Amino acid sequence: MVTNITNLGRSGLSDWLLQRASAIVLALYTLFLVGYLLLNPGLDYMAWSGLFDQTWMRIFSLLAFISLAAHAWVGLWTVTTDYLKSTGIRLVTQTVIILAIFVFLVWGIQVLWGA
Amino acid sequence: MSKLQVSLYRYHPETDSAPYMQEFQVDTQGRDLMVLNLLEMIKEDDSTIAYRRSCREGVCGSDGMNMNGKNGLACITPLSAVVKNNKLTLRPLPGLPVIRDLVVDMGLFYKQYERIHPYLQNDTPSPAIERLQSPEERDKLDGLYECILCACCSTACPSFWWNPDKFVGPAGLLQAYRFLADSRDTATRERLSELEDPFSVFRCRGIMNCVAVCPKGLNPTRAIGKIREMLLANAT
Repeated sequence: MVTNITNLGRSGLSDWLLQRASAIVLALYTLFLVGYLLLNPGLDYMAWSGLFDQTWMRIFSLLAFISLAAHAWVGLWTVTTDYLKSTGIRLVTQTVIILAIFVFLVWGIQVLWGA
Repeated sequence: MSKLQVSLYRYHPETDSAPYMQEFQVDTQGRDLMVLNLLEMIKEDDSTIAYRRSCREGVCGSDGMNMNGKNGLACITPLSAVVKNNKLTLRPLPGLPVIRDLVVDMGLFYKQYERIHPYLQNDTPSPAIERLQSPEERDKLDGLYECILCACCSTACPSFWWNPDKFVGPAGLLQAYRFLADSRDTATRERLSELEDPFSVFRCRGIMNCVAVCPKGLNPTRAIGKIREMLLANAT
């Protein structure tokens, strides 16, 4: 057993499952957005804003944001443990990454729910 | 007939400040020798070259090395399978400390093997004669027990190169599954709990280098997938 405290789920198994589940959510969200843009060539602000006013779209978007945050945390944490061998540099990098993910997540929610 | 150009990795830590490649020209007289035969011919001329060997028939796993960029056992690899443009480059297994020339320090590899407790554990009273297995139960061990621990797979794995102290590696994980799959072993839960961290099993990215190089044709990636399935079944 190798102990880890800066990865998302504290367990390799939960990180692994989260990585796969979030990938599916992100794939579906991407397919939906690309499909929507292709099906609505003359898209204007009203239609786009109307889409994001729907409750289901807000749930879907929030799910995608949280998935993106989890996916990025798991993925980038893995990259730092592979390539950054100095504990100080690795810990600082991991902290910056986790903070950035948090900032982007709150920012994304504000964009979605903000006036 | 032109002689085979052999480029050999040389390093003697007591006299060399850094490793270097030494060139040899070997007259194979057109024969399709095994790479080990070639090394023996070179050693007759230059007795200072060092490599491990024992059974010379792919059973002992001593002469794992990197031949023209691919890991394998020198004793069962014919020149025709690896030589390109009449050239052959021989290096030690990648990622492990070099003791001398083609001889590597297998300490980390064995440490990871030791970690998975590679022996049968059973806490039920011993039967009078032996623990029986049905033919179906025995079949589950095929493709697992044949590993000879030559380290070709683990030293071909980037995940093992980056984290040899934490990632068990394909060879160790194949053996971990060999005991997880054994109907006579009762330590399944303890074994699984040792493996669920982010490194031991999950550092495997499934690139299947292990499968590509295994001289015994085994499939550690599949075994790792089975361990993941067992972990998932145990934890959901």
